[in-house]
Amino acid sequence: MKKSVFLGALTVAGLAAGAASAATLDDVKAKGFLQCGVTTGLTGFAAPDANGEWEGFDVGVCRAVAAAIFGDPTAVKFTPTTGKTRFTALASGEIDMLARNTTWTFTRDVDLKFEFTGINYYDGQGFMVPKELGVTSAKELDGATVCIQTGTTTELNLADYFRANNMSYEPVPIETNSEAQQQYLANACDVYTTDRSGLAATRATFENPADHVILPETISKEPLGPLVRHGDHEWGDVVRWVLNALIIAEEKGVTSANVDELAKGTDNPEINRLLGTEGSYGEILGLDAAWAVNAIKAGGNYGELFEKHIGENTPIGLARGLNAQWTDGGLLYAPPFR
Amino acid sequence: MSALSETPKESFRLRMLLYDTRYRAITIQIVALMGFMLFAAWLINNMLTNLAELGKPLGFGFLTETSGYDINQSLIEYTSQSSHLRAAFIGLMNTLIVAVLGCALATVVGLLIGILRLSKNWIVARLMTIWIEGFRNVPVLLWIVFFMAVLIETLPAPSAFRGDDPDATMNLFGSIAVTNRGVYIPEPLFASGLGDIPVLGGLFYVSADLIVLLLSLFAGLLVSGLIRNRADRIQEATGDRPRTWHWRILSVFAPPLIVLWMLGFHLGYPELKGFNFGGGIHMRNSLIALWLALGLYTSAFVAEIVRAGIESVSKGQTEAAFALGLRPNRTMNLVILPQALRVIIPPLISQYLNLTKNSSLAIAVGYMDITGTLGGITMNQTGRELECVLLLMMCYLAISLTVSMVMNWYNNSVKLKER
Repeated sequence: MKKSVFLGALTVAGLAAGAASAATLDDVKAKGFLQCGVTTGLTGFAAPDANGEWEGFDVGVCRAVAAAIFGDPTAVKFTPTTGKTRFTALASGEIDMLARNTTWTFTRDVDLKFEFTGINYYDGQGFMVPKELGVTSAKELDGATVCIQTGTTTELNLADYFRANNMSYEPVPIETNSEAQQQYLANACDVYTTDRSGLAATRATFENPADHVILPETISKEPLGPLVRHGDHEWGDVVRWVLNALIIAEEKGVTSANVDELAKGTDNPEINRLLGTEGSYGEILGLDAAWAVNAIKAGGNYGELFEKHIGENTPIGLARGLNAQWTDGGLLYAPPFR
Repeated sequence: MSALSETPKESFRLRMLLYDTRYRAITIQIVALMGFMLFAAWLINNMLTNLAELGKPLGFGFLTETSGYDINQSLIEYTSQSSHLRAAFIGLMNTLIVAVLGCALATVVGLLIGILRLSKNWIVARLMTIWIEGFRNVPVLLWIVFFMAVLIETLPAPSAFRGDDPDATMNLFGSIAVTNRGVYIPEPLFASGLGDIPVLGGLFYVSADLIVLLLSLFAGLLVSGLIRNRADRIQEATGDRPRTWHWRILSVFAPPLIVLWMLGFHLGYPELKGFNFGGGIHMRNSLIALWLALGLYTSAFVAEIVRAGIESVSKGQTEAAFALGLRPNRTMNLVILPQALRVIIPPLISQYLNLTKNSSLAIAVGYMDITGTLGGITMNQTGRELECVLLLMMCYLAISLTVSMVMNWYNNSVKLKER
């Protein structure tokens, strides 16, 4: 360890080492808080509110993990990361987990040595254009100027899509969502492309959201989820099963309102196992028995988080769509809790 | 005295390395050097071990893989199917473009401001002081972002040029379009061009028209030089200098003009096409903002260097020149500036180097320089942080050393020749 700390100090930007530590869970417990990487600001997913408190759908996952470990959803510190800095931050050990609408791909999983612990949002890349352009399909975008966040999968999808359709475009690379918004609103680019959820969230913050349309084409699969470093499976399991617990809780009807009641014991064995009244699942995970209760109390189950931050009653107004439970025709299908 | 002459014959013993003052200094230096090298080796070994442990052994194979992303500004052909190495090369060229443009702007503006700051006119001198203090006391990153914001927010979008009664019109007899996506200027086109010549086995192409044009210009300059030499000879022999200026102008301009006419030179004007302007040369906002910010920021430093250089020449020199009857601008050109240059050049080198290195802030406005391609997208998509940063450092080192070498060579040619 001494070796790698020394190296970390010397290789600027913490390039290589520092990460070798295998027991992230113990480290997190020892320092007393969870360090979580989020976006630099995407309303609904992760953005500071009026009081400077981070909130959003991705933030909710971080808070649930913190609650599962410490019983306290506020025992978490947030590191804003850009599309470019996020992986270095995670690989260098600066953050313990990354919940930053990050797409699960082969390269990131295998080559970049990360471990995706599940999918918390099934997304796809879309295009947003001003209504006055009169464009109704992405196929009509030949020659357009496109704002695109660098260091993302969307950048590669965009290149592939235009090449496959034999169209040309002018990419305008930008660093953060707010820069993209500035350029797009000033008409310095015709089109803004990113994940559809991101487009909806960005559009919600516009003065006149109705003046902009999201084109019908979805040009890619973007399964977004939290991720941790390769090699520490115990820590990966904690993050994975906190997310699964939130999904199972929705499936079984456990909400932040009734979780205390249900934690006294029910006649459903799976709920009992989840809430710690049957078996010792928390202990196996390296946490206490009430871990799932705390995680659910932090911000509610998956459905509650969704409705509160990005659901149809919020300005972002996303429908559940693919992100509905499998019982409702969606793709959310957590492995059984036993 | 005999005792003294005997001492050197004393045989060398190992402990003398430590106790004999003649050897001790060398011993310490060697031990220190060995220690330093061991330390460096340990650090490198440490790094390689840790990288291997992370499962990321050091390797540069990723450079030949397909990059997968597009770059908006590239001098040579590039598509998303090109390799990461080529993307890095495009970035390097973009870095050089903005560095050269920036250095030129900084030198011209800096020289002007520096001289004007010494003006006897109170208002002019004070205005120049404000310019200098304003530019050099605000971080260059803020200037870059500021220029970009001004360009984006104040200029009209291409759509404003559309329609029967457009909000914006093209400047200069409809040949230049200034939009918030950049400036479109007419491009030179050749009706009967000679095509492109592949260089390095088709790695990239160079326009044959450009080469022919440069050759003709060079030939013209050569002829003009010959005419001047002939005039010099006649003047030395007879004392009369023949009138040659019209011949010299003709010899410089005629060959390129004839070549242009033969190649069918005409201008391609930008015009609205779909979402954007098509045709013409597109100077992107990111390039303009970066160029202006870097150039004007550095010009403030150059101005101060020029002023210091001029003030370093003693007043007696000016007075002596005036006493000889030289007019003020000849005094400046023949007496002051040649001496001032000796003081100006060395710090000017550092300013050029600074400007080149500052161009790595390009990503703030999305200009795809080498930090944006190799150190940005490539690094992010391949996850090869260490390799990319090492290559990046080597690139900047190579650029800086080259600039420094050229400028030092120039400095040697203007510095005081002492015998």
